[in-house]
Amino acid sequence: MKNDSLDPRIARTDLPDSGQPAAKTPLDQWETYEVFHQKARGAHHQHVGCVHASNPEMALLFAKEQYARRMKCVNLWVVRTSNVHATSYDDSDMFEPATDKSYREAFGYKNKHLIKKLKEERAAEGKA
Amino acid sequence: MYGALTTIEIDNQGKQLHEEDPVKLAEFEARIERGEKIEPTDWMPYLYRRQLIRMIEQHAHSEIIGALPEGTWITRAPGFKRKLALMAKVQDEAGHAQLLYSAAETLGKTREAMISDLLTGKSKYSNVFNYPAKTWADTAVIAWLIDAGAIVNQTANAKGSYGPYSRALDRICYEESFHLKYGHDSVVHLATGTPQQREMLQAALNRWWTPIMHFHGPPDRVSKHTEVLMRWKVKMATNDHMRQTFLDMYVPKIWELGLTVPDPNLQKNVETGKWEYTEPDWDEFKRVINGDGPCNEERLAVRRYAEESGAWVRDALKVQSGEYVAPMA
Repeated sequence: MKNDSLDPRIARTDLPDSGQPAAKTPLDQWETYEVFHQKARGAHHQHVGCVHASNPEMALLFAKEQYARRMKCVNLWVVRTSNVHATSYDDSDMFEPATDKSYREAFGYKNKHLIKKLKEERAAEGKA
Repeated sequence: MYGALTTIEIDNQGKQLHEEDPVKLAEFEARIERGEKIEPTDWMPYLYRRQLIRMIEQHAHSEIIGALPEGTWITRAPGFKRKLALMAKVQDEAGHAQLLYSAAETLGKTREAMISDLLTGKSKYSNVFNYPAKTWADTAVIAWLIDAGAIVNQTANAKGSYGPYSRALDRICYEESFHLKYGHDSVVHLATGTPQQREMLQAALNRWWTPIMHFHGPPDRVSKHTEVLMRWKVKMATNDHMRQTFLDMYVPKIWELGLTVPDPNLQKNVETGKWEYTEPDWDEFKRVINGDGPCNEERLAVRRYAEESGAWVRDALKVQSGEYVAPMA
């Protein structure tokens, strides 16, 4: 096409004429990989997004460019999206405890009041 | 970089709102009302999905095309430091496009389909990028004021209800703060430079004022869709509201540098607290968005050239046994 671009690189390029471009075919942009980013040694890897790539090596390269350009990073993981298995939000009631499960938690064990009572009784008996 | 494009357009191909399952719709609305985010696998009304795909896709295209007017000046940036900074900014814009395309993909449109729709002109991008960056000062004005307009818009949209879009915008806003500082710094250096530099800056500001006023889109026609999309936290503020926020934050900073704005009617009404201005030419806005702007043809041709020149590389790397699954989140 006729081209009088202000960008010298474009002005000297033979740009395609107007007209319909070819339709893109499936997988032209490859598959996606989910990216996990570790800020510092000792921290958990955290999911930060995805990249399109044709293989894991390329996914790691793109993940570095996309997600570690600025923020501190010591390690990256990539996982094919198709390999991730997830629960469904529709079933999230399964995370609600059905009964009292305080026996699974530290706060389920309160006994200071017993010790206090014992101390008071012993003091009353003159044993303290 | 992205502003509200046009008024809300709704196609009638899909499900009408009154045809949606009333129980699911009530649960969906209650979730948003509680301030919870909607995630990709959740039930959502057709109108919500359709409008979000349109918005996020146009936003992504705006990032890709928006890199072109500034990219024009990388080869001729004044000095090594400015060249590095401009390259970093242009790389950020391409990175933002990738984040946004992924967010839109979670709603069911593939990146192939979005790129095809950009190239055929079916999908739009922000109108301001159909104008040329004639001088170095134009890049300074773009980096400062167009990015400032985008930040107003993106900060509001980051509080929207769709999880993947909010998360992408949080990351984008963080990077935009560098763009804004870099743009302001470039403007300040020109404004405090030689008389020729000041003149070049003022001329660029005069050229960009109409696109800047166009940036947040024409005043909204209030329709029943506007009301429902605001309730669903898809649209976070009216176009005029965003424009007022922008003027409030940046006109004083423009005046502080001794620059003038090419609109004699621009002033803040002390009683209403609102900015008054001459309405920009909205016919020009419509004309340019429909293809008749100074750079529309060049922008799409450049994008298409990049697509077609890179096709053999993508094809060589294509894994035939690969399986496309929409991104998780």
